[in-house]
Amino acid sequence: MANGAEYMRRELMIRLVRAFDDGTLEQELDQIPIKLRPKDGNSSRCCIYHDRAVLKYRLMALLGFSCEEEKDEARSLASYKQEADQRKSIEKKPVLTVCSAGCSGCPDSKFMVTENCRGCFARPCTFNCPVSAVSMIGQTSHIDQSKCIKCGKCMQVCPFHAIVKTSVPCEEACPVGAIRKNEHGRAEIDFEKCVFCGKCFAACPFSAIMEKSQILDVLNQLKKRESKVVAMIAPSAYSQFPGTIEQLFTAIKQLGFDDVMEVALGAELTTAHEAREFQEKMAAGQKLMTTSCCTAYVNLVHRHLPDFAKYVSSTPSPMKYAAELVRKESPDAITVFIGPCIAKRMEALYTDLVDYVLTFEELGAILAGRKIDIMTQEAWKLTHPADELARNYAHSCGVSDAVLADLMKDQPDFKLNSKFINGIDKKTLMQLKLFASGKIPVNFLEVMACNGGCINGPCSLTKN
Amino acid sequence: MKKITLEICCGTTCYMLGTQKLLQIENIMPEEWKNCVAVSAIPCLNNCTSENICGAPFVRINGEIMSHASVESIFNRIRELLPGEGEE
Repeated sequence: MANGAEYMRRELMIRLVRAFDDGTLEQELDQIPIKLRPKDGNSSRCCIYHDRAVLKYRLMALLGFSCEEEKDEARSLASYKQEADQRKSIEKKPVLTVCSAGCSGCPDSKFMVTENCRGCFARPCTFNCPVSAVSMIGQTSHIDQSKCIKCGKCMQVCPFHAIVKTSVPCEEACPVGAIRKNEHGRAEIDFEKCVFCGKCFAACPFSAIMEKSQILDVLNQLKKRESKVVAMIAPSAYSQFPGTIEQLFTAIKQLGFDDVMEVALGAELTTAHEAREFQEKMAAGQKLMTTSCCTAYVNLVHRHLPDFAKYVSSTPSPMKYAAELVRKESPDAITVFIGPCIAKRMEALYTDLVDYVLTFEELGAILAGRKIDIMTQEAWKLTHPADELARNYAHSCGVSDAVLADLMKDQPDFKLNSKFINGIDKKTLMQLKLFASGKIPVNFLEVMACNGGCINGPCSLTKN
Repeated sequence: MKKITLEICCGTTCYMLGTQKLLQIENIMPEEWKNCVAVSAIPCLNNCTSENICGAPFVRINGEIMSHASVESIFNRIRELLPGEGEE
């Protein structure tokens, strides 16, 4: 756990699970903000009332509602819960929501001179500024904001580290410029541009960008038990929880899931198909093929670089293959993908194969809510453990390694000319264009939206 | 001297709310403490009742439960328990 925002998010989830199990959620929901911020107690923002308002919106998102769609400010959380209980499936709508009340409306990014400035004789700041925006006023350097082009040269050359950059963390983190300020100066996501990588969610120090959770939907499904509910665990789970993966599976089974499966089994199929597709495409004269398992990356291509889409592999993701395996055995099964990813929630909305997506945070909260200790569980007997290469999909380079190993089965001396984009950022679109130009000798490109791969996903518990 | 025991609760609630960070405490501990403090990860201590979730993460030092445990609060307690130790 890295910060107070995460603590609050997880604490609320655990409270929600406990109240759900006690059957008191509806009565308790509207009390939670007051209970957590009682009068005369401490507040994290200007006052307890502001804190309570933000907590209410957090709970709203936890119940699966978007703050932007709020019509009646006076509507109780209990009434939202009633609506959520009636929900049969998840609406095809963006899975992120911004809590305006929580957004601090950070001032626009700029370069500023701090009191570290010694008004030195050399004055590299004034000499290196390409637009003459830096001048000396008295014995201190000064930046004319109307001229500044935010190149950062002055900051780099100052020997006293006297120039700092203030930033808007969400805007800075967004690789595609999908965040802008609304007329009240609060952050707003442009969902036409958003690729759901979750970088803004992870970056906001006020935790104002939230996910619309499906935790209540899954809890309801597990309680109703109308059909078989199967948990599909992403390969990134192996380093996330205390205890072994086999113990984690037993713990998940105890939550009421009828079966637990490794998504790595789906990854094995992705590898085999992707290797074959690669051979076919190269034989047909295509120069480059990229991976397709990272949904945020695929979204990025479709929304921002449609011409590049022809290079993206058409092989379905491990999640889809895993869900297919489940449905082959039990066609009516309710499938719940559990992973560290926000973009997967979007992918699941547009396939019938996956019904719900939970994050590791939500899974942890359900286990914590029910006081299920992973370390003390018996080991689950995996009938067909996935191979190590498939389990390694969650690490950057994992997909390439698996595909290469598959290709080498037939041709032991096969050489893959591969490159990696390990974590997408504002430069990624440029990089992709460069790869498309054919100037870089590469035929296999692996792209992971998160630095280091899925193990560092926005909703992972342990960041590496 | 008998070693000071530091037991870190790895129940799921504590793990979610901070002990995963505390598990690395041995690596950041002053070198000279390493022979006097025995660190172990233990299953749920059952302190995370519904009223008390926000007390997590919990640790147990020489049998005494500490709530809201942080590296700093654990270090302070160890300092108090080490005989004849001043600042360091």
